[in-house]
Amino acid sequence: MDLNGTGEERRPNPDDLLAQTKKENRGRLTIFLGAAAGVGKTFAMLEAAHERINEGVDLIVGWVETHGRPETGALIEGLPSMPPKSLEYRGHAYQEMDLDALLARRPALALVDELAHTNITGSRHVRRFQDVEELLAQGISVYTTVNIQHIESLNDIVAQITGVRVRETVPDRFLEEADQIHLIDVPPEDLIQRLNEGKVYVPEQAQQALQKFFRPGNINALRELALRFTAQRVDREMDQYMRVHAIEGPWPAGERIMACISASPFSAHVIRTARRMATGLKAEWLVAYVETSDLLHETEARRDQLTLNLRLAEELGAEIVRLSGEDIADELLALARHRNVTQIVIGKPLHSNLWALWERSPVDQIIRGSQGISVHIISGKPKMKNGQRPAPAARSRRSPIKSYLWTIVMVFLVTLINRLHSDPVNIVLLYLLPVILSATFLGRGPSLLASVLGLLFFDFFFIPPFLSFSVADLRYFISLGIFLVVSLTTSSLAAKLRDQIDMARRREIRMSALYGLSRKIAVATDLEGVLKRASETVAETIGGKAVIFAPDETGKLETYAGEAVLEFILNENEWAVARWVFEHGQIAGRGTDTLRGVEWLYLPLMADEKCVGVLGVRPDFAEQHLSPEQRRLLEAFAGLTALALVRLKLAQEAQHTRNLEQSEKLRTALFNSISHELRTPLAFIQGAVTSMLDDRTSYSREDLHAFLQTIKEGALRMNRLVENLLDMARLESGTLQLKWEWCDLEEIVGVALRRLRDSLKDRPLKIQIEQGLPLVKADFALIEQVLVNLIDNAAKHSPPGSKISIYSRREDGSLRVAVADQGPGIPKADRERIFDKFYRVYSPHQVSGTGLGLSICKGIIEAHGGKIWVETRPGGGNVFVFNLPLKESPPPGVPDGKEDKPLHDT
Amino acid sequence: MIPKGARVLVVDDEIQIRRLLKVALTAHGLDVAEAAGGQEGLEQAVLFQPDLILLDMGLPDLDGQEVIRRLREWTSVPIIILSVREGENDKIQALDAGADDYVTKPFSMGEVLARLRVAFRHAAKTEEEPVLVSGDLTIDLARRHVEVGGREVRLTPTEYGILKNLALNAGKILTHRHLLELIWGKEYAEETHYLRVYVRQLRRKIEPDPAQPRYILTEPGVGYRLAVRDEANTDLQFRKQ
Repeated sequence: MDLNGTGEERRPNPDDLLAQTKKENRGRLTIFLGAAAGVGKTFAMLEAAHERINEGVDLIVGWVETHGRPETGALIEGLPSMPPKSLEYRGHAYQEMDLDALLARRPALALVDELAHTNITGSRHVRRFQDVEELLAQGISVYTTVNIQHIESLNDIVAQITGVRVRETVPDRFLEEADQIHLIDVPPEDLIQRLNEGKVYVPEQAQQALQKFFRPGNINALRELALRFTAQRVDREMDQYMRVHAIEGPWPAGERIMACISASPFSAHVIRTARRMATGLKAEWLVAYVETSDLLHETEARRDQLTLNLRLAEELGAEIVRLSGEDIADELLALARHRNVTQIVIGKPLHSNLWALWERSPVDQIIRGSQGISVHIISGKPKMKNGQRPAPAARSRRSPIKSYLWTIVMVFLVTLINRLHSDPVNIVLLYLLPVILSATFLGRGPSLLASVLGLLFFDFFFIPPFLSFSVADLRYFISLGIFLVVSLTTSSLAAKLRDQIDMARRREIRMSALYGLSRKIAVATDLEGVLKRASETVAETIGGKAVIFAPDETGKLETYAGEAVLEFILNENEWAVARWVFEHGQIAGRGTDTLRGVEWLYLPLMADEKCVGVLGVRPDFAEQHLSPEQRRLLEAFAGLTALALVRLKLAQEAQHTRNLEQSEKLRTALFNSISHELRTPLAFIQGAVTSMLDDRTSYSREDLHAFLQTIKEGALRMNRLVENLLDMARLESGTLQLKWEWCDLEEIVGVALRRLRDSLKDRPLKIQIEQGLPLVKADFALIEQVLVNLIDNAAKHSPPGSKISIYSRREDGSLRVAVADQGPGIPKADRERIFDKFYRVYSPHQVSGTGLGLSICKGIIEAHGGKIWVETRPGGGNVFVFNLPLKESPPPGVPDGKEDKPLHDT
Repeated sequence: MIPKGARVLVVDDEIQIRRLLKVALTAHGLDVAEAAGGQEGLEQAVLFQPDLILLDMGLPDLDGQEVIRRLREWTSVPIIILSVREGENDKIQALDAGADDYVTKPFSMGEVLARLRVAFRHAAKTEEEPVLVSGDLTIDLARRHVEVGGREVRLTPTEYGILKNLALNAGKILTHRHLLELIWGKEYAEETHYLRVYVRQLRRKIEPDPAQPRYILTEPGVGYRLAVRDEANTDLQFRKQ
């Protein structure tokens, strides 16, 4: 161990601690594990349940299979049970555990027998262990039972021992994550005796098989498996304990195991073996497969098998590495070196073919190239369950018959040309032409046909004796042989090249789709934009429909994007699945094992182990399963979208923080401004009043008048401040509701001037309002406030007695209003900021004010969809200008009123 | 114009406002009673039999509108409401419910006295005066004749209708709704822009400077009012003794 790192090493590993705490929110899983049916797992579980009941635990029996045994039946009495749910499938009624009722009831502990059970079609999950998973996730503890032969990674061994392959397997991680495992063990003799006494439940149709199954040898082997499994677990728990408590100990060597798989059903065996080895060695493991151009020629069945293999690997917890290249061994070895793999697990080729003589198999190559890496070769029997070999692969996208016909036509044409224009030098070369052309454009088969046909025609027509297949001269054999080798090599090379191009093109499409998506969502700045672009890209790339769900502010799931949103409003089932995926962060829907009865496939958008949304996809093609390629692509899309969502969320949070800072700054400015602006007038009001109250006699009448004038001014100033603050508050709070009405600007000017008549007493006013101005739709009182603020501002900031002008005219579809004064010009740098809150231009003559008036004007004008700015006046002074859009055409002519009698007619 | 010894009831929950009004109004020769809430106000209205009521709209116990409604069940005594600037809707509702006028808080005493004068004049008026004079503006209702500075102004029937109604209630506010109903009929009560168009035309004809009207005054958000002669001087002046 590295000396410097010792201190570091002794600390508990954070990941281990995290895993520990993560477990705390989940329900606890207790598994009663047995070697075979009939050992008494259910019995033991029920006994334990009785103990829990006596301890006062709130438990309920979710599902227990008594198989009609009286002892078990007696034990179940007195335990509260959840009635099963009846489901109808193909005319028969079946009973299943009522998962929803259990989830709704939320007991502390639920008993669920037979973990490996497969649910009837129409249940939420395909398998019962998925039901249990959901119970645990909801914080409900579970007691369950399982037999050792149902454990996924032991499946092959069990099959070898007993000759019976168990289909209903449970993923290993399920048992690994179990909090407790009770091993129920009975000696084989007792078990066989119980079987003979009829105490072991055996379905009638399986009698024969089970008789074969229950032999002492088998049972002992299974017992050993169960015991070993439990022992390994105990060992691991010890190790885990040591890690969490930072106990130093012999750490397992850094083993890393790599399983190499292909599209063969046998690969499942390889995966399970690697998994067992990895568990035994406590090593990391990965599963690698090399996508060669041959993959393109694989049948659908083989490709499905590959999907299944990869899914199995995923379920068993492997890291999956996908490589692509033509040399399988090279690619695998490079990966192994790169990842420091210590052991390679690979399957032995099932059938030796002639190529093996010609070319070494990848396995041989790997063995030769595996310096320092152990290679485990797993052999297995090829199983052709249905007795059929996979159909020959379709090698061309064109119809094969057409391709062959084209090839024949080409060879005939070449023969014709050769006959017409008999030039012995070119005859052979010309026959190569159809070979190359068909290899390039039509595929491998046609090019082979072209080689053979070319050879035959060449021989028949051009090698003496003519019009016969016999060859007179031995030298021609050599020519024919060379022709054959050249044409076959050429066709093979050309076909391979074509495949590689195809593959490159597919990769290119995938890469550019991913790149396109990331580029598109990088530029989107809002949630709607990101989700819309993502769903469009997914829909385009997959060829179908896509929709994205994301939670709204309240955490409720909403569809945000996708052309098919309308469909969802109608279909409650789809919604339910989408919500389930969002809550559980697991893929579900069509083509998966969970909730597959719906039309769409749902992928969780996971970021930082949290589900931030759901991607729903409905491909146009009818196949149930997506190819691994498509699924990877979808997952990549989902990952990108999730990242984009998180990025947006972070950006929003950052913006929020900035806003908070900004508002904090504003609050401080507000306090300063208000305290000053309120205290100043208060000070002189108080001063004046106390002077008059305390000492009435010593002041002249003029003095008293001056005091009262001061009080009046102070009161007006405070009133103005309060009005400003109220206006600001209404604008800021967003509660400002514009009262739109048709207004005559001239009238507003009149009202504003009337309100300001005291402060404008000694001011010459120049008012120029264009004749025939249309009415404008605006909030009368607010525009009046803007004019009052602007005119008041002009009065305050210009020399006493100087002229104030108000102009209004129509300009480019808007109404423009200007208020001009003759005060000192506002510096250019201040012209923008002058409309900011609390911003005040420095002036040698201290003018009272809150710095709110102009920002209120700006707020009001912008709420009207207009603009406000300041210009300098050519002859000195400032012009504040605002415009109001004349969006709506003014109302049509106004009818006359009732008073329609003409004047002077009485 | 303010009759000596007329009885005024002040209904306001703020003691400072009541005290101020009592002092100022008593100094102008009025007999003032106070009430601190709506209920008390209604009782005082019966006991004190005021000639005019100053009513605050924001009372703690009863809604101002409710007080007006109950008063109007049995008396037509002039009611002037005290309201804040933002309370346009309150003002309109109060006026429509039967209040005669309003004063916006914070107010100057001059404004209050001007409103009182108008209210008393309307209350005292027994029959329509045939000729109304406001500054240079003369409206002869009997002859349907309008003059500004001795020069006849020709008005369309609708313009004349508006001016006549304002003149009949000179000094008082007519709400938009009220005016629209009078001139165009009930179904046009919301078409405020009819008024905007006609008032603009009217001002062009009778006002010396339409941008700073002297006769037809706009009460923002509420309605219109014809100014009376003594309106120019609305500020409370320090009276030299």
